[in-house]
Amino acid sequence: MAAVQDGPIESESDTETKTDALSDGAGNITGSSTGALSSPPNAASSATGTSKSMAPPGPENQQTLLAVLQYLKKNNLLESVDILRREAGLSDDGGDSPDAEGSGGSDPAVKVGEGGDANSLLNRVSIATAAPVVVAAPAPSKASGGESQPDVNVVLSAYSQQGDPALYDTYYTGLKNFIESVLDCHRAELSQLFYPLFVHMYLELVYNSHEQEAKAFFDKFGGDQECYYADDLRVLSSVSKREHMRGNETLLDFRTSKFVLRISRDSYQLLKRHLQERQNNQIWNIIQEHLYIDIFDGMPRAKSQIDAMSGALAGEARREANKGKVFYGLLKEPEIEVPLDDEDEEAENEEGKPKKKKPKKDSMGNKSKKQDPNAPQQARIPLPELKDSDKLDKIMNMKEATKRIRLSPENLPSICFYSFLNAYQGLTAVDFTDDSSLIAGGFADSTVRVWSVTPKKLRRVKSAADLNMIDKESDDVLERIMDDKSASEAKVMYGHSGPVYGISFSSDRNYLLSSSEDGTVRLWSLQTYTCLVGYKGHNYPVWDTQFSPYGYYFISGGHDRVARLWATDHYQPLRIFAGHLADVTCTRFHPNSNYVATGSADRTVRMWDVLNGNCVRILTGHKGPIHCLTFSPNGKFLASGATDGRVLLWDIGHGLMIGELKGHTDTIYSLRFSRDGEILASASMDNTVRLWNASKAFDDVETDDFTATTGHIHLPDNSQELLLGTYMTKSTPVVHLHFTRRNLLLAAGAYNPQ
Amino acid sequence: MTEREERRFAEVSRESVKLMAESSGVELSDDVAALLAEDVCYRLREATQSSSQFMRHAKRRKLTVEDFNRALRWSNVDAVCGYGSQEPMPFRPAKEGELFFVEDRDINLVELALATNIPKGCAETMVRVHVSYLDGKGNLEHGKEGTVPSAVQSLSEDLLKYYHQITRAILGEDPHLMKVALLDLQSSSKIAALLPYFVYVISGVKSVSHDLEQLNRLLHMVRSLVQNPYLYLGSYVRSLVSSVMYCILEPLAASINPLNDHWTLRDYAALLLSHIFWTHGDLVSGLYHQILLSLQKVLSDPVRPLCSHYGAVVGLHALGWRAVERVLYPHLPAYWANLQAVLDDYSVSNAQVKADGHKVYGAILVAVERLLKMKALSLSQPAEGEAGSQQGMSGGLPGFRESSPGLSPPPEPLAEAGLGIASHLQAGGAGCPWEDWTPVPLPAMYSELYSFFGDSLAVRFSTGPELGSGSSAGATASQSGPNGRKEPGGGAGAGGGAGGSAGMDTARKMPQLTANLSISPRQDGSPRTEPAPPSLAATAPGRSLARSSSSSSSSVQRSRSSSSRPGQRSAGPSRDIFPKARFPTPQAGAPSFSFLIGGRQMGRRCQGRRFQTSFNPPAGMSTLPPRAYAHKLPVIGRVSKPVRRWTYSHYSLHLPL
Repeated sequence: MAAVQDGPIESESDTETKTDALSDGAGNITGSSTGALSSPPNAASSATGTSKSMAPPGPENQQTLLAVLQYLKKNNLLESVDILRREAGLSDDGGDSPDAEGSGGSDPAVKVGEGGDANSLLNRVSIATAAPVVVAAPAPSKASGGESQPDVNVVLSAYSQQGDPALYDTYYTGLKNFIESVLDCHRAELSQLFYPLFVHMYLELVYNSHEQEAKAFFDKFGGDQECYYADDLRVLSSVSKREHMRGNETLLDFRTSKFVLRISRDSYQLLKRHLQERQNNQIWNIIQEHLYIDIFDGMPRAKSQIDAMSGALAGEARREANKGKVFYGLLKEPEIEVPLDDEDEEAENEEGKPKKKKPKKDSMGNKSKKQDPNAPQQARIPLPELKDSDKLDKIMNMKEATKRIRLSPENLPSICFYSFLNAYQGLTAVDFTDDSSLIAGGFADSTVRVWSVTPKKLRRVKSAADLNMIDKESDDVLERIMDDKSASEAKVMYGHSGPVYGISFSSDRNYLLSSSEDGTVRLWSLQTYTCLVGYKGHNYPVWDTQFSPYGYYFISGGHDRVARLWATDHYQPLRIFAGHLADVTCTRFHPNSNYVATGSADRTVRMWDVLNGNCVRILTGHKGPIHCLTFSPNGKFLASGATDGRVLLWDIGHGLMIGELKGHTDTIYSLRFSRDGEILASASMDNTVRLWNASKAFDDVETDDFTATTGHIHLPDNSQELLLGTYMTKSTPVVHLHFTRRNLLLAAGAYNPQ
Repeated sequence: MTEREERRFAEVSRESVKLMAESSGVELSDDVAALLAEDVCYRLREATQSSSQFMRHAKRRKLTVEDFNRALRWSNVDAVCGYGSQEPMPFRPAKEGELFFVEDRDINLVELALATNIPKGCAETMVRVHVSYLDGKGNLEHGKEGTVPSAVQSLSEDLLKYYHQITRAILGEDPHLMKVALLDLQSSSKIAALLPYFVYVISGVKSVSHDLEQLNRLLHMVRSLVQNPYLYLGSYVRSLVSSVMYCILEPLAASINPLNDHWTLRDYAALLLSHIFWTHGDLVSGLYHQILLSLQKVLSDPVRPLCSHYGAVVGLHALGWRAVERVLYPHLPAYWANLQAVLDDYSVSNAQVKADGHKVYGAILVAVERLLKMKALSLSQPAEGEAGSQQGMSGGLPGFRESSPGLSPPPEPLAEAGLGIASHLQAGGAGCPWEDWTPVPLPAMYSELYSFFGDSLAVRFSTGPELGSGSSAGATASQSGPNGRKEPGGGAGAGGGAGGSAGMDTARKMPQLTANLSISPRQDGSPRTEPAPPSLAATAPGRSLARSSSSSSSSVQRSRSSSSRPGQRSAGPSRDIFPKARFPTPQAGAPSFSFLIGGRQMGRRCQGRRFQTSFNPPAGMSTLPPRAYAHKLPVIGRVSKPVRRWTYSHYSLHLPL
C-alpha cells in the first residue's frame, strides 16, 4: 500500500511539467482501493477507501498523511482532504501543521527553511529507527516517501549545507583512504559508499553554487566510480548550476529516494567509529540523510556478490522488501466439461481426445487435481468465465501439447524468422498470438498492422446492414457474418498519433492492444479491425502493454513511471503501481494473473500484487534500463534483459537473483521460455538469438545451499556453459520471440539495411 | 549521444550566443552570454538524454530528428521543424568567419512539378518467414554469407528430379544430352541445394578409375559446377580439388593399357585444377600451399609410376610458372637422373616405360621453357608482364581444347598477382618448405636447364644455333612426343594449336610474316650465356609458327609497348638481362610495324593474339585496352563469384586468352 501511495505523488511532484498527470494520478489513487478488485466491474466505483489498510498509524505514517493532506490542499482537492482526514482519523490540529507548511509553500524563501526543518526532523526520526535496528525498516521507507513530497524546492533544500567547499575534497579523500586501508573483507562493502557519497557531495557543491569546486571534485573522483554508473555520472556531470537541478529527474531520484546499501554489522561499526573519531560530520550527515544502510549480521559480502546486486538507480532493494509471500504457483486448469451443444461434430470428435489426455496430463503436471501450495486462491482475482471458444482453444492447445517436441540441450528448437520487409516506417513492436496464427506489428508511423501467417486470410465482419440480411438460425452463421470481400493477408489499423511501442494479443485472438507515444492504450477488435477503446491515463508515452493470460485485464507502463492495471470494460485504471524511479519500460503478467512484473529504466524489476497493489518484490542487479521480462511457464522464475546485454534470472519465491547470462553485446529486446521451460531464448539488437539452458541454470541453484535468509547469492559464472547456441541474422535486429505450442521458436524483426 | 572521445559534450560558445542575440536585435553582455551559453548546452544535453529513450524504444541505433523533437515536445518546448529528412544533412563551415551551417540545396520547383518520372511509392510492408535454423543447427559459416544453410534445405521433388536427370545425362551414353546437361549445370541458378549431391557424385572418381570416359565426364561436371556463377562452392572446393587431383596424380587403372589416352585426361584435369584455383582458391585458405605440397610429394617419390610424375609436372605447369620455379626446378637435378636412366634404357621390355619417360621429358621441357620465358618477361617488363604471362599461358595450354569444347584456358596468373597470391597463401601455411626459397637469377637458371636439355631447350627457346630451320622446332616437338601425340602444354610445339600434326601444318602454311618480325626479340630473348644468334630466322618464310609463337612473347610486348607508348619506341624500358636488339628499330611508320596476324588463326581462340598489331585496334574491340581485360582476370579476394566472361575468338587479337 505504501508503494501505491507515495509513488505517484513522488513521481509527479518531480517536475512541474507533469502537473496535469498529477491531478489525474491523484484522482486515480483514490480510485484504486484495496478491496476493489473483488468485483472488477465495480472496482472504480467503490472508491476512496484509501488508507484503511494502514492500521498502525505510527508517527511516520502520521507524517506521511500530513504531507499528503498538505499536497491535496495545495491542489485544492478539498473534498479529498476531508475524506482523507476522516478516514485517517486525524484531528484538526493534525491538519494545522500541514496548513502552516502549505502556506509557507507559497513563499519559497520561507519554504526552504521550513521544509528543511521538517526534513531534518523526519530524518532524525527515521534514522533513529533505521540505523540501529533493521526491524523498524518499513517505517522509514514511508517516511522518506513522505518527506519528499512537499515541493521540489524542499527536496533540494536538503542540500543547503553550509560546509566549506574546499573541505569536500579532503573529506572524500579521507574516507577513501580509510576504506582503502581497512581489511579486505570490509573494503568491498564499504566501497559501496563511494558512489552515493560522491553523488550527494557533488550535488551539495552544485546546489551551493560552488561551481568550480564541484567540477574539480567531479574530475578528481568521477573516474573512481564503478563503471556501471557511467550513465548516471554522465547526467550528473552535465549539471553544474543550481538551476539545472530543478528540472532534472535523475537528480530528483537521487534525492527523493534513499540510496540503499547493504552492509554487514561489522563493517558498519568500523565506518561509524571512523567517522566519529574524525568528527567527519559532513559525511555522516549525508549518510544519515540520503543513505539507507541496511545492516545485516553475518559475513561481509564479497565484491562479486555486491556487484551482482548493485547497479540500480537507488541502490539495492531492502531485504524486507522481498520478504512477503508471493503465490507463484499456477492456477488450476479449469476442467473442460462436456462439449456444449452448438459445437460442431469435429469438435465433438476432438473432445474425446482431451478426455483421454487429461488423466495423463494430470499425472504429469500434478497441478490440475491438487492445489499447488504456492498457488493463489482460485478466486483471489476474479477472472472472466471461459467462453465456448476459449474451451475449444484449450482443447486445441492440449492436442498440440501432446505433439510438443521435448527440448533439451541435445534437442534444440528450430528457429523460424519472420522478416518484416519494406518496413521503412520503423518496426517498433511485434506480437504473436499464442497459437501463432497471427502476427502484429506496431510501427513508428503510428500504424498497427496485423498479418495472418497461416493461409487463412483475415476477414472483417460484414457491415450492420449486411448482417441484418443473414439467416441467424443457420449453422454456419459464424462463417456467414464474415465479409469475404475484405479477405486479405494483412490489415492496417490507424488510430494512434505516435509510434506504437507496445502491442499484445488477447488470448482469445479477438482483441489487440497497442500502446503508443501519444499516451494512450488502444483496444482493437480483430473481428472488425477497428478501434474499440482508447484508454487515456498515462498522459505520457506508454512504453509497453500486455494482456493478462486470462484476458480481460491488461497492464501498461510508461514514461510517467507508473504501471497501470486496467480492465477492458473500464476507462480508468483499476490499479496504479507506482514506485519506480524512472520510466516503466516493460510490463508482464504472471502466468497466474495475480501478479505483474515491471521493468524500469531505474534498473530495477518490481513485482506487484494485482489484488492489493502492493509491491512484493524489488529486484536489483541490472546495470542498464530493463527492456524485457518473461516468466517461466511454471511461474517460479523470472528472466529479465536489459540494455547492458545481460539476462538475469530470478527466483520469485525467494526474491533472489539466481543466474546471470552474459553473451549479448547489445540491448535485449525479447526473452521467452520454451513451453516446458527447458530453454530460454533471448533476442537482441546485436542481430542474434541465443538459447540458454534454463533448466540447468535453475537446477544448479536449487542444489546449492540456498542462502535464502541472507539473500546473498554467490553466482557461478557459467554463462558459457549455459549458452546452447548463438544464431545470427544477416542484418536484422531481433525484436520479438515466441515459442509455438509445439516448441518451434519464432523470431521476428525488420531487415535493417544499414 | 553527443559524447566524443576527446571532448565529452558538444558546446555552444559564448560567441555563438551573442551572434544569435545580435541577429534578433538584442545586445548581450559577456556575462549573460556566457551564462546563456552554458545553459543552452545543458538543455541540449538534457534533451538529448531524454530523446535517447525514444530511440531505444523504437529499437533503433540511430538517434533521429524525430526522437529529438518528441523529447522537446514532451518537455513543453517547440519542436525544431524542417529537419525530418532521412537523408544526412551536411554541416559545413563557411570559409570566412567561424560560421557553420547546414547545407540547404536549392530545389527547382518547376522541374520538380513538371517531372515526368514520378517516383513509385515504396513497396508494401510485409512479413516473410523462412526457417533459419533447424533443430538448433545451422552452419554459421554459411549464415554469415547470408545463404540458407544446407542442412535446412530439404530437396524438393523438382530438384530431386533434376538431379537424377542431370547425373543420368552426364554419365550416360548420349554425347549430345551430356552437352546440354553440362551447359545447364553451368548456368542454372537454382541448384545450390544440389551442390553437395553433385560433389558427392564427383568424389566417385576413385571408383571409376578404370573408365577413362567416365572420369572425363566427371571432370566436365566439375568444370560446369566451377563455372556456374550462381554457386557458392564454399568448402566444397576442397572436395572438388581432391577429386581433380586424383585424376591428375593417381596411377589410374585405365593407364595400364597404353592405348588409353590417360595423358589427355591428366592434362585436362591439370587445366581444371588451375582453373578452380584461380577462380575459387580464395574460398579455402592454404589451398595453393596444399596443392603444391601434394604435387611436390608425388614428384619427389621415385616409386611412383611415370604417369604420376607426368601429372605432377603438368599440374605444376598449369598452376603457373612460379609453381614450376618453386617446386619443379629445385627438384629437377634429382629427378633428372631417374628420368635419364629410363630414357637411356633401350631394351625392348622398357619400351613402354621409355615412351612414358619421353612424355615426362616433354612435359618438363614445356614447363621449364615457359618458366624461362615468363621469368625473363617478368624481369624485363613488370608492367607489361600480365600481358606477357597471358601470352605465355595461351601458348602453354593449347592442347586441351579439343578435349574440352567450351572450356577456355583459365587465366594465367599475372606475374605480380601470381606472386601476390602465392606469398599470401604461403604466409598462412606454416613450415612451408619453400619459405626460404630464393629466386635463382635467370641466367643461372638458364644455364642449369641448358645443361639438362641441351640444344632442345635452346631450340625451343628459339635461340639455338640452328635457328634457321623451322623444322627443327617441329622436330623437337615430335621428339618430345614420339607417339605423334600432340604435345600438351607445349607453348611452342603445337604451333597452330589445333593439335597434332594438323596444327603443325597450319603453322607451316603460315607464311605471312612481315619483315618487321625481324626485330622480334629473338635476339633480345637470347640469354647472354648463349652465343649470339646471328641470323634472322624469323624472316624466313615458312618458318614454323611454333617458333614465332614461342618467341612472340617479347615481340608482343614490344609491339604493345610501342603502341601504347609511342614516345618510347620499341626499346623496352628495362631490359637489363638481355642484350639490346642489334637491329635498329624503325623509328617511324609504326602502323605497319608488326602486323603479323594470319587470318586462319583468327578463328581459333587463343592463338591469334600471338601477334599484336600495332595499328589502332580494329573498331569494336578497341574501346578497352587489353590490359583492362587482363587485369580483370584473376580475381583475388572477391566477395561473390563474378560472372566470368570467357574471351571469345574475336577478342583474341587483343586478349591473351
